[in-house]
Amino acid sequence: MSMNNQGRPTSAGQAGQAGIATVSGDRGLDHEEALIFELGHGAVGVDMPDVIISDDRLGGMRRKGAVGLPGLSEPEVVRHYVRLSRMNYAIDSGLYPLGSCTMKHNPRLNEKMARLPGFGDLHPLAPQSTTQGALEVIARLMNWLTILTGMPAVAMSPKAGAHGELCGLLAIRAAVEARGESRKRVLVPESAHGTNPATAAFAGFTVDEVPAKPNGHVDAQALKAKLGPDVAAIMLTNPNTCGLFEGEVKEIADAVHAAGAYFYCDGANFNAIAGKVRPGDLGVDAMHINLHKTFSTPHGGGGPGAGPVVLSERLASYAPIPLLVADGKGLRLIEDRAAVPDGARPFGRMCAFHGQMGMFVRALTYMLSHGRDGVRQASEDAVLSANYILASLKDVMSAPFGDGPCMHEALFDDHFLDGTGVTTLDFAKAMIDEGYHPMTMYFPLVVHGAMLIEPTESESKESLDRFIHVLRTLALEARVGETGRFAGAPRLAPRRRLDETAAARKPVLRFRPDPLKEAAE
Amino acid sequence: MRYLPLTHDDRRAMLARIGVSDVDALFRDVPATALAPLSAFDLPDTNGELEVERALTGLAAKNVAAGAAPFFCGAGAYKHHVPSAVDHLIQRSEFLTSYTPYQPEIAQGTLQYLFEFQTQVALLTGMDVANASLYDGSTATAEAVLMAQRITKRGKAILSGGMHPHYAETVETVAGLFGPMTRSAVTPGGAEDIIALIDEETACVVVQSPDVFGLIRNLRPIADAAHARGALLVAVVTEAVSLGLLEPPGAQGADIVAAEGQSIGNGLNFGGPYVGLFATREKYVRQMPGRLCGETVDAQGRRGYVLTLSTREQHIRREKATSNICTNSGLCTLAFTIHLSLLGEEGLARLARLNHAKASALADVLAAVSGVEVLTPAFFNEFTVYLPKPAAAVVDQLAAKGVIAGVPASRLLPHDASVANLLIVAATETNSDEDFAALANALKEVLK
Repeated sequence: MSMNNQGRPTSAGQAGQAGIATVSGDRGLDHEEALIFELGHGAVGVDMPDVIISDDRLGGMRRKGAVGLPGLSEPEVVRHYVRLSRMNYAIDSGLYPLGSCTMKHNPRLNEKMARLPGFGDLHPLAPQSTTQGALEVIARLMNWLTILTGMPAVAMSPKAGAHGELCGLLAIRAAVEARGESRKRVLVPESAHGTNPATAAFAGFTVDEVPAKPNGHVDAQALKAKLGPDVAAIMLTNPNTCGLFEGEVKEIADAVHAAGAYFYCDGANFNAIAGKVRPGDLGVDAMHINLHKTFSTPHGGGGPGAGPVVLSERLASYAPIPLLVADGKGLRLIEDRAAVPDGARPFGRMCAFHGQMGMFVRALTYMLSHGRDGVRQASEDAVLSANYILASLKDVMSAPFGDGPCMHEALFDDHFLDGTGVTTLDFAKAMIDEGYHPMTMYFPLVVHGAMLIEPTESESKESLDRFIHVLRTLALEARVGETGRFAGAPRLAPRRRLDETAAARKPVLRFRPDPLKEAAE
Repeated sequence: MRYLPLTHDDRRAMLARIGVSDVDALFRDVPATALAPLSAFDLPDTNGELEVERALTGLAAKNVAAGAAPFFCGAGAYKHHVPSAVDHLIQRSEFLTSYTPYQPEIAQGTLQYLFEFQTQVALLTGMDVANASLYDGSTATAEAVLMAQRITKRGKAILSGGMHPHYAETVETVAGLFGPMTRSAVTPGGAEDIIALIDEETACVVVQSPDVFGLIRNLRPIADAAHARGALLVAVVTEAVSLGLLEPPGAQGADIVAAEGQSIGNGLNFGGPYVGLFATREKYVRQMPGRLCGETVDAQGRRGYVLTLSTREQHIRREKATSNICTNSGLCTLAFTIHLSLLGEEGLARLARLNHAKASALADVLAAVSGVEVLTPAFFNEFTVYLPKPAAAVVDQLAAKGVIAGVPASRLLPHDASVANLLIVAATETNSDEDFAALANALKEVLK
């Protein structure tokens, strides 16, 4: 152990991490935290009048039993959730290289704008004369989305990416039916996000998988061979989930259109090309845009997202209600399928009200901040950073499609771990001990032991260099047989590896009070 | 650009390491004709924070916030007071800027609050288990009908005429692909004969309580009739606070509960993001859509939480998944969970009583206005009144006088002439006696 000249230790030494058992069970800043149900003791954290009511207007349906909620004061609740927050990794605290997920910086101005009372405290069914500013936000966002994508129309109501996929496929279904045809098959590359085949099934189609070529691109010949009079659509991600741009996209689109089918593009990776490539120029008929990826609305631990869908001329008239129109008096939402403008044939409704307004405000704020030049620069920086990682690691890790450039994410396989006894999972978990969130593992499925790294445009070169240094060192250690840090990692996180098999075998999905303990009390 | 850390020198150095001369070399797979110049995008350039804030604040100022007027809109979205601690806590970076908890060792914060959320939702609804949320109440209802279709292997769903029409349209759009959807007649404030529609092809009956007109329904007879024919009861709740005062759907025989959680912890946000609550019986757990968080132990035997039963989900099961949902409403569930934790048993009961007391007081005030009739005999915090004039025009006239009077039923049911004069009015703890007087007085003037 090193010491300064007063004899005070200057490094943690052996005792610093694993050895000491504390009296409290907490460890310095790392606190264990019970469930809220185990902490309650009959306090109330909100003050309000305690009124007595009669049962006269409750129709005999007054609640007979207690709910079973714990009672805590405000300071206790605040401490509980602050302590929980400290068990989370976050983009604000470190590089979060989850491929396909786009963990970029979430500007706080966006949060502030979404909380302006004129947006945050606005009722969706308030008279439209009192919501013109909100409708203008939607209109401006629609303008940005249609211009960035080169598409003529956009449906705003889908609530997340998968919901947008559903919206796009339902528009395609309606268009097919309007032609008096019955097309039941949707082609989905095997590298696709799981949401694609799930959505196709959700929309009543059968799924037909298209293989990938050894170079990571979709097999365009195989795809064309599968086209036929029963194919309604293809669902293609571009850039694809291997982080590669599908260069044959226009030929594919032409073949799809010639076969009477539609081209659905999964826009999850639009953040690689926004401001540089317009999907409308590639023959796309429908594409969802994850506002929570490309336009930086926060992921929030798994949502909320927003998934507006841009539509080509061929599909625009099938967009779901509500529609936004401008008339002499201003902007107006059309919420009635029978009152839509001439030519519109909405297939239905995706959800109550008008979509994820809170996300719209954040995304528009982001767009106005970046501007078109900033959006373009962000795409270029995201691609540059991913290629920098690829170029810096491909000699020690294994890049299955290593020779060419990638787009916004760098894909590695587990070939470099062959014979080491270290798995992709071990490698990823060791990153946790190094202070990083792991990359996306075992996806896309077309690569063995996949590790998909998406640095985004939000990292400085210093941050990327440090990350590269850590991964190079880990990879080299694994390859020379220094594997001690991998098996059983992580060791320095709030929890060691968790038993997911036991969790699924006998699911415990809610807290239940211990009956013995209750009886004793 | 303030959000982009790379400098020009950084970019040059990085391009050199990669071995290309400019960034467009990295886009070489893009067909040259598809690379658009900056000028192809007719949009503004980068702006400072001050300029952007000014622009957005200007747009917000064109709206009338609920808190800026006597305000009575409900019909699926409710104005409640959200304690300051809620919004502060959900903006902590570790919650706000984390992803779906795929790496449980460093996501115990998210996983534990999801476990607490699932428990709270199960308790509130009186059901065995709940998932970690869906997008909102309407999409949760559609998922409930799809789940009932899977469980019963039947296609038909009977939708109560008292269900929020947006919910009914959402269900019809999705579940209508897999079977006929039948809506029962609209009977504002009165009983509906939904039981007669249940037959041996029926997968589920979908009933909202309190319904869109505010009426509290007794679900038990409908549940019994559905079960007698092998169908399920899907109960819908759009005002979660009502569960603090009313008998939960689980105690009335519901098989699946789909609810909107906005009114606990979440703002109005012009319709989204909200949070879909979804609960069911233990025996149907493996047919549920959406994420589930489960308890387990780590390698050292310490309690911890993970996402579980993921073989139901799209990222594992692909086209055989129970749903295509991926992103849900994580941060909105956190707001819900914190607000409900602050309320606790006693606080929720008080809040619910207060809401009912406010609505009862408003009903008395409005019943005293000449020509106005309260149609809803049993309600929580929302009821329907008959006006002697078409309600939509009255609402517009009142808005011009600075009173946001409620939701005209015709906005939701534009083709049903029988509801043209009906106004759906909600009152919550945020309303004062002055608000009630303002509405009554403005109504008197408009109805003169």
